[in-house]
Amino acid sequence: MSEIIPIGPYHPLQEEPEFFRLHVDGERVTQLDIEIGYNHRGIEKLAESKSWDQVVFLVERICGICSTSHPAASINCMEDLGAIEAPERAQYIRTIICELERIHSHLLWLGLAGHFIGYNTVWMWAWKYREIVCDVLEKISGNRQSYSMFKAGGVRRDILEDDIPWIRKKMDELKPSLDMFLGAVSDDPVIHARTKGVGILTKQQAIDYCVVGPTARPSGIEIDVRKDDPYFAYDWVDWDMIVMEEGDVFAKTACRILEMKESVKIIEQCLDKMQPGIIDLEIKELPAGEGIGRAEAPRGEVYHYCLSDGSNFPSRYKVRAPSYTNILSNEVACIGQTVADAALVLAAVDPCYCCTERVVVVDDNTNTEKIISGNDLIKLSHEKTKKLRKELGI
Amino acid sequence: MTWEEIKKEIKDKYDKKIIKWFEHNDNRIYVDINPEDLVEFAEYLFKELKSRFIIASGVDTPRGGIEILYHFDFFQLPQVFSLRVFLKKPEIEVGSLSPIITGAKWIEREIHELLGVNFKNHPDYKKHLILPEDWPEGKYPLRRDQ
Repeated sequence: MSEIIPIGPYHPLQEEPEFFRLHVDGERVTQLDIEIGYNHRGIEKLAESKSWDQVVFLVERICGICSTSHPAASINCMEDLGAIEAPERAQYIRTIICELERIHSHLLWLGLAGHFIGYNTVWMWAWKYREIVCDVLEKISGNRQSYSMFKAGGVRRDILEDDIPWIRKKMDELKPSLDMFLGAVSDDPVIHARTKGVGILTKQQAIDYCVVGPTARPSGIEIDVRKDDPYFAYDWVDWDMIVMEEGDVFAKTACRILEMKESVKIIEQCLDKMQPGIIDLEIKELPAGEGIGRAEAPRGEVYHYCLSDGSNFPSRYKVRAPSYTNILSNEVACIGQTVADAALVLAAVDPCYCCTERVVVVDDNTNTEKIISGNDLIKLSHEKTKKLRKELGI
Repeated sequence: MTWEEIKKEIKDKYDKKIIKWFEHNDNRIYVDINPEDLVEFAEYLFKELKSRFIIASGVDTPRGGIEILYHFDFFQLPQVFSLRVFLKKPEIEVGSLSPIITGAKWIEREIHELLGVNFKNHPDYKKHLILPEDWPEGKYPLRRDQ
């Protein structure tokens, strides 16, 4: 019996609506259709009517979770266009903001993934420790989200010397919790059973689908803009790129946790190396020409292209967010999975979260429709975890 | 391969087909080619030189046509290599890269909807990717002549 299960497009947990139509044969997914475009806001067109300074604020509003990645790519793009090099202190501050954001975004994902497989403790803990990061961001920028820190040629706010010992203390508080998550994920047999061998994206598939970030690295692809095309201060600090071979949900989880540890390392080194100095070049104009800017967002490479005619406005502004390439790879990663696992696989690419608000089961044979809620899909996933726990005697 | 080796290979193989080779700086390379050479060139970049397709950007230019830039990079190298084709109006058509590079499927549909470029041999145009289903036919939001 062949059935079609549509998932989405809206869910309060996710910030971008997507729509997934699962074709299932019994319990197994045989085909996946993806639809996007439910929330197309015309940002590229809008950017053409904004001044260069305003563009940075505009692109900051593309994504609420990784709100600093788009401004990072955007200022890289403008600095490429105008051959500008921002002052050293500004580069360190930018790096710190980007890495703090990576930690909070990964913790947010980890919490939701925990909730999905029925580990609500992981959810609560991850979000509790995320508060530490949000506090630091608030101390530096005045905002927990959408920090408005970046501008072409520098940053808008300095990190005060008086705040640095406090930031260090907060980073020290964060370290044991990251170790605890790593321990929990690598030791728990139920998490292994739910995530190992599930939703595998092979290296070749990752290449064909051109995926980026923590969707590509767990599949054995060495790709990270911070290493490949170093920007900000990433070249001046010592850190490792996390690459894994398996390509399953477990590898994607482990990769993100290890990355958070690297982020803490980067932040600490930036705080050590930062010297007093100017933070802004006060750029007034950008020349005519083309610019390309890249930045490694928590979800992968953000890519911006701009075309300038020398005026105060871009004449074309192109944005490519990492989920744009990553989500399409679900087409192959979901095949052969059970419905209970499908939601987890869709979530594993962190597509600004997977959506299960409205689920319609269509029975092709009888042509009947049955509507079940998103909660039921999470319940399916929870039941599977419970069953596994029972089998393993935990 | 180093960037110098890649550059030499590309120049040796496609010397006659390259209209313009422009280096904005060491890491940003823009290469103009004819639309009819695009599919072959892109296949060579993707399969032989093991490059990665980043994205394509479509621009409606005041020169009476649409420009598409296909951005590639070569894993672990900082260079972004952008292939530029110019499609003269009114027949805006170019070969599709989707049969070779699966990751190009969505962006070609997007450019088709927003700029009205027809991609020959694209596997799947049937539904709108980002525009509403009731969007009027023949209206392209990123065109400047409408």
